[in-house]
Amino acid sequence: MDKKKYQILVKKHCPKENRLLNGLVAFLVGGFMGIIGQFLIDFYKNTFSLSQNYSSALMIITLIFISCLLTSLGFFDKLVEHAKCGLIIPITGFAHSMMSASIDYKKEGLVTGIGSNMFKLAGSVIVYGVVSSYFFGLIRYLISGGMA
Amino acid sequence: MTFYYHNVYLNEVATIAGPYEAKGPLSQFYDRVYHNFYFDMPTFEQAESKIIAESVDLLLSKINKTKDKIDVHISGDLLNQIVATNYAAESIGIPLIGIYSACSTSVLGLIMASNMLDAKQIKNAIVTASSHNNASEKQFRQPIEYGGPKKKTTTFTTTGAGAAYLSSNKLGLKVESATIGTVIDLGITDPNNVGAAMAPAAAKTIYEHLKETKREVDYYDLILTGDLGKYGQEILKEYMQVEYHINLNNYQDSACMIYDLVNQPVHAGGSGPACLPLVFYSYIFPKIKKGEFKRILLVATGALFSTTMLNQKLSIPSIAHAISLEVIDDLS
Repeated sequence: MDKKKYQILVKKHCPKENRLLNGLVAFLVGGFMGIIGQFLIDFYKNTFSLSQNYSSALMIITLIFISCLLTSLGFFDKLVEHAKCGLIIPITGFAHSMMSASIDYKKEGLVTGIGSNMFKLAGSVIVYGVVSSYFFGLIRYLISGGMA
Repeated sequence: MTFYYHNVYLNEVATIAGPYEAKGPLSQFYDRVYHNFYFDMPTFEQAESKIIAESVDLLLSKINKTKDKIDVHISGDLLNQIVATNYAAESIGIPLIGIYSACSTSVLGLIMASNMLDAKQIKNAIVTASSHNNASEKQFRQPIEYGGPKKKTTTFTTTGAGAAYLSSNKLGLKVESATIGTVIDLGITDPNNVGAAMAPAAAKTIYEHLKETKREVDYYDLILTGDLGKYGQEILKEYMQVEYHINLNNYQDSACMIYDLVNQPVHAGGSGPACLPLVFYSYIFPKIKKGEFKRILLVATGALFSTTMLNQKLSIPSIAHAISLEVIDDLS
C-alpha cells in the first residue's frame, strides 16, 4: 500500500477532534478568565487606590502565582486539559508551561536542570514575542511616525 | 526471518505495575502494584530502575534460584541510552545484554534468549522490559504537569516491569517459533498517533510469520499485539484485509486490555515496552497454563522515533517482532 492510500485508511479510523466544541469551551473559559482579571484589576484599584497600570500588573502577578501554585499542587494540568485552550492562551498558560517544565527538571540541579529547561516550552513564546514586537513597533513607527 | 525452537520453554514470569495499571481491569493479576509513581525513589528514572531490579528479584524467588545461577539477563526500556536498564543491571549483577527496540523490546528479548538457549550457548535467561509513564512523558512529550489538550489517538505510557525466565526445562509454555520484523514507514508523522505508525509493521510481521510457517491465521487461538491502541487495532484489521487478504478474528491488543478506556484518562490506551508483558505475563500466561488458549502469537510493536528526528520533519519508522508460544504437549 502506498503512503497516500494508507493516510486515507488511517483517517477513516481515527476520531476527529471536535474543533467547534473545543473552540467554544476555550472561548467560555478564556472569557471567564478575562472576567476574573477585570475583577482583580477593579479590586486592586478600589481597595488599595492603585493606578490602572499598577492594578493590571498586580492582576497579572496574581494569576501567574495562582497558576504556578495549582501546577505545583498537581491538578492544574487536569483543569487546563478540560479547558482546552482557555487556560493555555492567557498568562496562566505561560506560567503553567514554565512551572511544569521546572518541576520536571528540579532533581537535575538548579543550573543544569531548572535553569536550562524552564523555558523548554515558553522559550519560543518569548523569542517570537520579542521578534514580532520589534516588527510591529517598526510598522507603527512608519505609519504614525512614532507618535502613540 | 522465522526461527523454530526445539527445546526452549518460558517457565515463569513476574510483573510489577504502577498506579494507573493498579486501577485498571487487570489489577488483581499483577504480582506487585505501586500506588504512586516514585516507588520510594527520588526520581522517576530511578523508580523505573528499581522496578526492573525488583521484578528480577521477584522472579528469582518464584523459581527458587539465586542470581549467580542465571546465565544472562536481556533487558530494555524507553529511556535515552536505556539508562533504567543499565542502572538496574548494576544491582542485579547478572551478565547483561541491553537492547532497545522501543515498545517491541519485550518480544525481541524473548527471541534473543530463545535463540541463545536453542543454540545451547546458555542454560537459562531472564528477559525484562519496562517503562515509566512520567519518565517517558518527560523525554518524548511535554512536561508531566503540563496540561495542554491531548489528541484522542494519544496513548498512555504504561508504568511497570515484566520479567520472564526461560530455560530448557519443560515447564510453563513452549516457545515454538519467532519472526523478526522489518522496519516499515508509511509516512505517519504524528507522535500522538503511534498506533497508526505501527499497524503496518505488525501486519507485515504477522503476514511473514504465517507465510514462512505455512499456517493459516486461525492456527492461533489468539494473536496479541503490543500497543496499537483503540484506533491502531482497527487500522491493523483493515490493513491486514486490504493488503494481505487476512481476516484477524482471533485478535486482541494489549493496549486496550490494560486500562479501562472509558473511565481512565488514557485516551487511546496503553503503550510502552511494559504494556504487552504486563498483560501477557499477568493475565494471558495463567490462562494458557489452564488450557484456555493453546497457541498464541505475541506481536510486539515498536515506534522507532526520537523527538530530534520528528523535529527534522521525518516520519515514524516502526517494527514488530512476533513469537509463537504454545502449551506443552506431553506426547511430544
